[in-house]
Amino acid sequence: MIPFAVSILVQNLSVLVLAGFTGYLVISKVPNTLHTPLMSGTNAVHGIVVLGGIIVLGLGVEGWFTKLLLVIAIIFGTINVVGGFLVTDRMLEMFKSKPKEQVEAASEEPQQ
Amino acid sequence: MTAPLATSFFQNENFIAVLYIVAFSLFILGLMGLTGPKTAVRGNRIAAVGMAIAVIATFLIPGIGNWGLIILGIVIGTAIGVPAARNVRMTAMPQMVALFNGVGGGAIALIAWSEFRHTNGYSGEATYIAIFSLFSAIIGSVSFWGSNIAFAKLQELLPGRPISIGRAQQFVNLALLAVAVACAVAIVAGSDNQALMVVLLIAAAALGNLIVLPIGGADMPVVISLLNAFTGLSAAAAGIALNNTALIVAGMIVGASGSILTNLMAQAMNRSIPSIVAGGFGGVVTTGGGGGDDGDKTVRSTSASDAAVQMAYASQVVIVPGYGMAVAQAQHAVREMTKLLEAKGVEVKFAIHPVAGRMPGHMNVLLAEADVPYDQLKEMDDINGEFNRTDVSLVIGANDVTNPDARNKADSPIYGMPILNVDESRSVIVLKRSMSSGFAGIDNPLFYGENTAMLFGDAKASVNEITEELKAL
Repeated sequence: MIPFAVSILVQNLSVLVLAGFTGYLVISKVPNTLHTPLMSGTNAVHGIVVLGGIIVLGLGVEGWFTKLLLVIAIIFGTINVVGGFLVTDRMLEMFKSKPKEQVEAASEEPQQ
Repeated sequence: MTAPLATSFFQNENFIAVLYIVAFSLFILGLMGLTGPKTAVRGNRIAAVGMAIAVIATFLIPGIGNWGLIILGIVIGTAIGVPAARNVRMTAMPQMVALFNGVGGGAIALIAWSEFRHTNGYSGEATYIAIFSLFSAIIGSVSFWGSNIAFAKLQELLPGRPISIGRAQQFVNLALLAVAVACAVAIVAGSDNQALMVVLLIAAAALGNLIVLPIGGADMPVVISLLNAFTGLSAAAAGIALNNTALIVAGMIVGASGSILTNLMAQAMNRSIPSIVAGGFGGVVTTGGGGGDDGDKTVRSTSASDAAVQMAYASQVVIVPGYGMAVAQAQHAVREMTKLLEAKGVEVKFAIHPVAGRMPGHMNVLLAEADVPYDQLKEMDDINGEFNRTDVSLVIGANDVTNPDARNKADSPIYGMPILNVDESRSVIVLKRSMSSGFAGIDNPLFYGENTAMLFGDAKASVNEITEELKAL
């Protein structure tokens, strides 16, 4: 036996605190110009709640109403994830620095 | 979770936990990538791969059933989310983020509700599980309804001005919070009354509505960011209730980042977060007060051809874009015009206020879409020293971020907000639809300045006219 065992709650709290600091350190370096994509990207990341819906529904619940709530939760979570990442990708594509000639060539096109 | 004996290696709990570790490592790597323009696209995709791994790991959890319903939910969600993300215009991005944030919060509240129903009011569960689950229900619900109001305001389904019930607002908000918390306490204390949970959710919903309704449009970016942080925190709480590491880590990272962003934005506007949440930017009183000295104010209007001539013979032109440019979809027209000016040897720069548009970085996204080179976009601190050497400042649909009252008039609601010192340039041309006040609802003395000329009309049409005139020169 291990000499002492920490409860699951305390284990989870330590993960929570470390994640908070990690988020703080990683994100505080983002330049102003990328704030909108960053907001959108982190938005997509909290779409991870879809896992919660899958777990609760998947491990079995009783009653149609509870099931309906969870299906809606999974729909919402999926919209959050899929939409979030796609929209962020669209925004960031525009930030890609293009080689100069390419930009000029592109701007010759009438549609530009 | 009890460990079933007859599970394959892939359904081993430790293997699933390791997949979660891989997943959240990828989230962190992805967000690190998002810190630089060159690595950002890859960073976002790395985070998306992390998400896919987290979902696959969850499918492997022993005993997962109800596949039909799970897949139904994912298919419907994808069918809604993909077209929404593909078709949204760049100008509508802030609303879209608000909406995606809202559904995330809604999902969390619904999960908590179904947990409550499934466990008969958390009977047989540890107390802390009930506490974290109910916390996530309250915050998730506030975030869902608050985000919907933010969406409606930005989409102009609701008026952007503050809608408030006045002095009683704070008390009503506190009372609603107290009701929600009281329900939560009763549930934690052992009640399994279904009505308690419904009342909790309704009180939190009303609170979400009432928090955002009195906030003026100018503060909306801060609010969306704040609600983003809320959703992250409630996801982390839901993670603790469900004992799911991936949820805890991802939720908490978003909670931390959202808080920082919120703070940065509030600082840029010289506003404190409590005073924003307390409501009512552009408090009606000061707006009315500005009208008192209307008599000695004259506005000079100009024509597209005058504007073209002025800029063509300038040595430096600074363009100040704002939400008006976004609404008019004028970014491509602006790019066209700047190319003509550059061909005439004019130095063109863009002055980007941190909160121009309705989100930080909003203008950068739009101008990047129109292929404006990065090095022409100047941030506020870099450009402010240059206005006194600038011949023409062209303000396109920006208002509050150029308002000199923020520097000069101590009783102005935006006093102290850092602004672009447009009024220091030799001449200012303002492209504006009408003389109506900005999103903050405050009069702008810049428009009455003696070196200022107004060019009224739709921003895109005006820019196109100027471009035609430039071609003719």
